[in-house]
Amino acid sequence: MNKPNLAVNIGGVDMQNPVTTASGTFGFGPEYSRYIDINELGAVVVKGTTLHPREGNATPRIVETPSGILNSIGLQNPGVDYVIEHYVPYFKTLRVPVIVNISGDTVEDYAKVAEKLDAAGGIAGLEVNISCPNVKKGGMAFGSDPAMAAEVTAAVKSAAKLPVVVKLSPNVTDITAVAEAVAEAGADGLSLINTLLGMAIDINSRRPILGSVMGGLSGPAVKPVAVRAVWQVYKAVQLPIIGMGGISTAEDALEFILAGASAVAVGTANFVNPRATMDIIAGIERYLIDNGVKDVNELVGAAHGN
Amino acid sequence: MSQLLKAKVTTHRQISSGYYLLEFSGAELAETARPGQFVHVKCSRTTDPLLRRPVSIHDVNKDRGTVRLLYRVAGRGTELLSVKEPGERLDVMGPLGNGFQLPDPGEKVAVVAGGIGVAPLFFLLRQVAAAGNDVKVFVGARSCRDLLAVDDIKGLGVEIQLATDDGSAGHRGPVTELLARGLKNIDRIYTCGPAAMMKAVAGLAREYNIPTQVSLEERMGCGVGACLACTCKIKTPGGSSYKRVCADGPVFNAQEVAWE
Repeated sequence: MNKPNLAVNIGGVDMQNPVTTASGTFGFGPEYSRYIDINELGAVVVKGTTLHPREGNATPRIVETPSGILNSIGLQNPGVDYVIEHYVPYFKTLRVPVIVNISGDTVEDYAKVAEKLDAAGGIAGLEVNISCPNVKKGGMAFGSDPAMAAEVTAAVKSAAKLPVVVKLSPNVTDITAVAEAVAEAGADGLSLINTLLGMAIDINSRRPILGSVMGGLSGPAVKPVAVRAVWQVYKAVQLPIIGMGGISTAEDALEFILAGASAVAVGTANFVNPRATMDIIAGIERYLIDNGVKDVNELVGAAHGN
Repeated sequence: MSQLLKAKVTTHRQISSGYYLLEFSGAELAETARPGQFVHVKCSRTTDPLLRRPVSIHDVNKDRGTVRLLYRVAGRGTELLSVKEPGERLDVMGPLGNGFQLPDPGEKVAVVAGGIGVAPLFFLLRQVAAAGNDVKVFVGARSCRDLLAVDDIKGLGVEIQLATDDGSAGHRGPVTELLARGLKNIDRIYTCGPAAMMKAVAGLAREYNIPTQVSLEERMGCGVGACLACTCKIKTPGGSSYKRVCADGPVFNAQEVAWE
């Protein structure tokens, strides 16, 4: 049979295949270019960027847990102006879309970062991290409240013409309520899930291991939680979904696609296998051929049976 | 250029209780590696433990195309590594990191190792000795069983002084006490070991105004500078900033490190 179609579209971002990178695990791109050809990815989602540079959290910033890791990097990044000056020229050399993940302490911060990136060019879309604390609302995460999540989404949408994908947190009672609110506010797509809040304690020192006590759990351990979230959100809203959370293999990626993800992001697996994204693209293609599926889009949400 | 390879283990043996010397084939890696660089090794076949383990390059043999790792079993990852048999394949990424800046011709060099910290310093020592620099080596450890690579270092024909906490070999007490007495005419210091030891070496180096390079260790994620997990605090003109041990280090100027 002919080569199956792997191309997908996420809210206006054209991807040659459904595989991208999870923000924070792939730097700004060049870090992995020794191991893979970045231009073979569907898209690149780069490190979380804020209005001003962030120093990040105290070490240790990472600890292994069963089949996973907890991290608390603290959004260390050089700030949006530095990103525009030093990385956007690199983004412009790539033939694949670059999606910049953005964060902020206030709604206004998000809007300013979005506006600057929109004006910079060389960027195909924005991914809005709503797991950050809202300093004006006592540090409560934007993503934990549908109204605040919608407010951020609307602010970014009006500040930028670029497609806007909102990255949902699993640390909520009902992820579909947040998904519906940001869809209503104009999001072009959804990314899910962000990391799960967790912690680990050193029984010898009798203290938390991470420098900032709590961190985000990622890796194979979180995969069932993420698949469940994609399944629920796919049923609740019409927006295209980038699914992520513990994807290490093509089989993992296919599970997310069948649950309702149009694309998938590979995160922690990059640390273990820097070629994981390439292996996953090849594996998805092989699955389509082996099963006589002509277009990967036919599988999106197929597990729902309708 | 860093590579991703499934390298064949050629030899692997326990050299002291809990310490192992592993050699694997990797011609390009052996050719391109510089002292102070490391490899990122996948120890488990499963997802638990999940991450690779950064291991210093102990030595290379360019003629035979082999790379040696000297490591201590410190947890489940290195425990799994320790049972790899010769002939098995090892999933290795490297060489990674920036490595040591070699001394100028004629400079007198002091190398200070603490415990397993000797691992990256042997490769350096071999090159420095071959270049004809005058070298003094100071090796410290808890006890004589934790003194590693001593015969190999002696084989390089360099002066070596030993210290142990329990007095079971050499000077009884911190290795930095030996260093303090041996700093005369030293132009450059290299050190790797426990943080407290490196901090003490950095203090002496500042007092005597001797350029010093330290090799740091931190819990690591990606190994290539992408995840920003393995950072250390480096002094900057305006205060301090976090640098990546894997990509900006693991070797840093001792006076730039904001020691805890």
